[in-house]
Amino acid sequence: MAFLEISNLQKRFAGHTAVHDFSIDIDKGEFVTFLGPSGCGKTTILRMLAGFEAPSAGNIVFDGKNVTHVPTNQRNVGMVFQSYALFPNMTVAENIGFGLKVANMAKPTMDARVKEMLALIKLDSLADRYPWQMSGGQQQRVALARAIANKPKVLLLDEPLSALDAKIRIALREEIRVLQRALDITTVFVTHDQEEALSISDRIVVLNEGRGEQIGTPSEIYNYPRTRFVASFIGTLNQLPATVLDAGTGILSIAGHRATTSQPLGGLRNGQPCMVAIRPEAIHFGTDKNTMAAVVDEVNFLGSIVRIRTNVAGLEGEAGAVISLDVFNDPNQPPPQRGAAVTLCFSSENLLVLA
Amino acid sequence: MKSESRLGAWIAMAIGTAYFLLPLIATFEFSLRMERGVYSFEAYRVVFADPQFQTTFGYSIVMALATILLGILLVVPTAYWVHLRLPKLRPIVEFITLLPLVIPAIVIVFGYLRMYNSSALIPLTGSERATDFLLVCSYVTLSLPYMYRSVDTGLRTIDVRTLTEAAEVLGANRATILFRVIFPNLTSAILSGAFLTFAIVIGEFTMASLLDRPAFGPYLQLIGANRAYEPSALAVIAFIITWASMGLINVFGRSKSAKPAH
Amino acid sequence: MPSQPAARKPVNLNILGVVPFAIFALMFLILPTSTLMVGAFQDANGHFTLENLRQLFDTNVRDAYWISFKISMVSSMGGGVLGFILAWAAVLGKLPAWIRPTLLTFSGVASNFAGVPLAFAFLSTLGRLGLVTVLLRSWFDINIYSTGFSILSFVGLTITYLYFQIPLMVLIVTPALEGLKKEWREACDCLGGTTFQYWRFVALPVLWPSIVGATLLLFANAFGAVATAYALTGSALNIVPIMLYAQIRGDVLHNPNLGYAMALGMIVITGLANTGYMVLRSRSDKRRA
Repeated sequence: MAFLEISNLQKRFAGHTAVHDFSIDIDKGEFVTFLGPSGCGKTTILRMLAGFEAPSAGNIVFDGKNVTHVPTNQRNVGMVFQSYALFPNMTVAENIGFGLKVANMAKPTMDARVKEMLALIKLDSLADRYPWQMSGGQQQRVALARAIANKPKVLLLDEPLSALDAKIRIALREEIRVLQRALDITTVFVTHDQEEALSISDRIVVLNEGRGEQIGTPSEIYNYPRTRFVASFIGTLNQLPATVLDAGTGILSIAGHRATTSQPLGGLRNGQPCMVAIRPEAIHFGTDKNTMAAVVDEVNFLGSIVRIRTNVAGLEGEAGAVISLDVFNDPNQPPPQRGAAVTLCFSSENLLVLA
Repeated sequence: MKSESRLGAWIAMAIGTAYFLLPLIATFEFSLRMERGVYSFEAYRVVFADPQFQTTFGYSIVMALATILLGILLVVPTAYWVHLRLPKLRPIVEFITLLPLVIPAIVIVFGYLRMYNSSALIPLTGSERATDFLLVCSYVTLSLPYMYRSVDTGLRTIDVRTLTEAAEVLGANRATILFRVIFPNLTSAILSGAFLTFAIVIGEFTMASLLDRPAFGPYLQLIGANRAYEPSALAVIAFIITWASMGLINVFGRSKSAKPAH
Repeated sequence: MPSQPAARKPVNLNILGVVPFAIFALMFLILPTSTLMVGAFQDANGHFTLENLRQLFDTNVRDAYWISFKISMVSSMGGGVLGFILAWAAVLGKLPAWIRPTLLTFSGVASNFAGVPLAFAFLSTLGRLGLVTVLLRSWFDINIYSTGFSILSFVGLTITYLYFQIPLMVLIVTPALEGLKKEWREACDCLGGTTFQYWRFVALPVLWPSIVGATLLLFANAFGAVATAYALTGSALNIVPIMLYAQIRGDVLHNPNLGYAMALGMIVITGLANTGYMVLRSRSDKRRA
């Protein structure tokens, strides 16, 4: 049985439904990220897990115990907020020890645990500082320590890195992951930043307008997006309109060019229009399996990657006629010039058909 | 837990509302009782017909307008100048404008009487006109904190520096900038301050009474000492004026300042 | 050709800009107050003396200060507690959204509605013929005046003072209450804290500088008030401002310099209270940053 079971969770506010029939089973020690744009319902679900909002329908079970209607202060969850939310009148040590104090833990035990936490986040020397004397990154680490000091059943993080500088964000997300692994705490992480989600999660749930569109590992989500929304939300993707020529063998027509996909086309009829997608890194110059003629429009040097934007030959200006491809930077092999005619190719495995 | 806060909050609000509305209702009710056994506006009729009412009310209105005028002429250029050219003096000027909130009005007017009495260097209490002038100055002093804070906030909102520089580049001199650019943009802040000043001056008692001027405040007190029903009618009138002034302030811009009243 | 020290000239002209204000402040605020303070240390012949200050502790004056102190204390603490409860109800009590702005607007008006009209209003409410007095008698058969209560008393004046003290407290404390982040409460909940623990360990510690500071402001406000007292209790209740008023009017103390000393005493007390308020305010501002 899973450690954290969410079944048919629903939340209705006056006028609109924020979360529709959401379900997921999360194992002990797993790190799951809820990913999606603002308003997709990810924070609402998190707040229902914490107990700040009551679900309109559905159940939440922690470790076999149904907590759907249990008040927050009896659920033993740890929560890290975007705005850190450290108590301003308490020192770092007092903040971390607050949950222990409230649980009437004996002072020596409490002090030992606080010390342990401080060592874990590597802020031993700042035990007597106040929140307003520290940087954002330090405050968030203290917030993390405070959340896990109690040994909570579930750790919830609500966009904890969004308020921090880019560099700190990257460093801190690694720290969170390392800490989480070491303590084996079941974790739910909410973010709108797909790079964050991809880099540290065991599994990702992509949410859109209150519905879970896809649940999978980072690799699955990135390489095999199942819906148009997931495909456009994660990474950059070339999306092109196509028509099914032969559903049985996977032959399609894209902008007048024949292409084959190894993805099963069950459910689509011949002649039916659909949307296909190819990742920029999956396209090369050459004459491999599937080819398309194009004209180079723009070359962007991004450092290790060079992103080349091309217009599919014959369809300049039309929607869906732009294909971007990424090639590794190689000073010995400069990319083609603007206006050059090129042939793009990609394999059938990399041609995705979207719902 | 959530429904609990609601109940306590409702009870608190109910009691609070009762405490604050009852005196208003009671005053109004009392003011209608002049004619025995029946409710009527007799008290108001008597009040409005009283020549003393007309003179003192008129006097206070003139005083209020003079205070507002002098206050604007004093505060706006000063605030503008400090904002633009002398930011280092800002704390000192602010501190001075807060002094009238610390020093009670009765002490201030006591100081005036000692310093400007008939045997002093500048005998401002010597003649009626001069005392009127002294009274206006005392009112300007009383309203200084609110006027300055209002204008200062307004200046901060409109980014004075950039506006001035833009005007200078277009060739305007200092007076033009002040009157054609800054003043118009500060209208709402100035009006806020003006209405607050009006409310303060109309009912003011201490200064007017000790400087012996025929203002509305001392008139109110006199009526209260001698009559039964007219005072409540006057209180209702005073409340309506205060409410109207504050309402107009809200219309022209939010004012979070509260006057520690007497 | 030697270069001109151009920096000098503009600064001089700039100072000129605040000269009118400086003259006004000196003539109508700083100097008058200063002459009073100087006069407090002078005797009838203008010589330096501490006699006036000593006389402040004579029965008459000392009693006046004590009554003033009591009334300011009671009305500021009462106003503080009640104002806080009202502000709490409006901000955190989960009431309909229109209540908060209405309360704030009303508080803005009510804190200005004081002085003589306020005295009349309470006479009409709790005076011998006041509405509430009459209603209590006719509806509930309670005669409050038979218990010795009178609106023209210490208690009556305090109740009247509350009418502008409570709104002032509401106005000052509401921003502080709004500054309580919702996440603090949520974090406290997650860590297992009860409502009581939240208030005891988080909310009140964060709020107390504002609450105490505001109470000090209320204290100073009450201490310096004269018009309401004059109109309500007149010379029956001998608070310092009333005594000072009588002294200014007719030298009842037969010693002008004692009057100055009384004024000095008032300034010291209101000055201390206001300083306390500003210190506490800067403390809570620093914390918030």
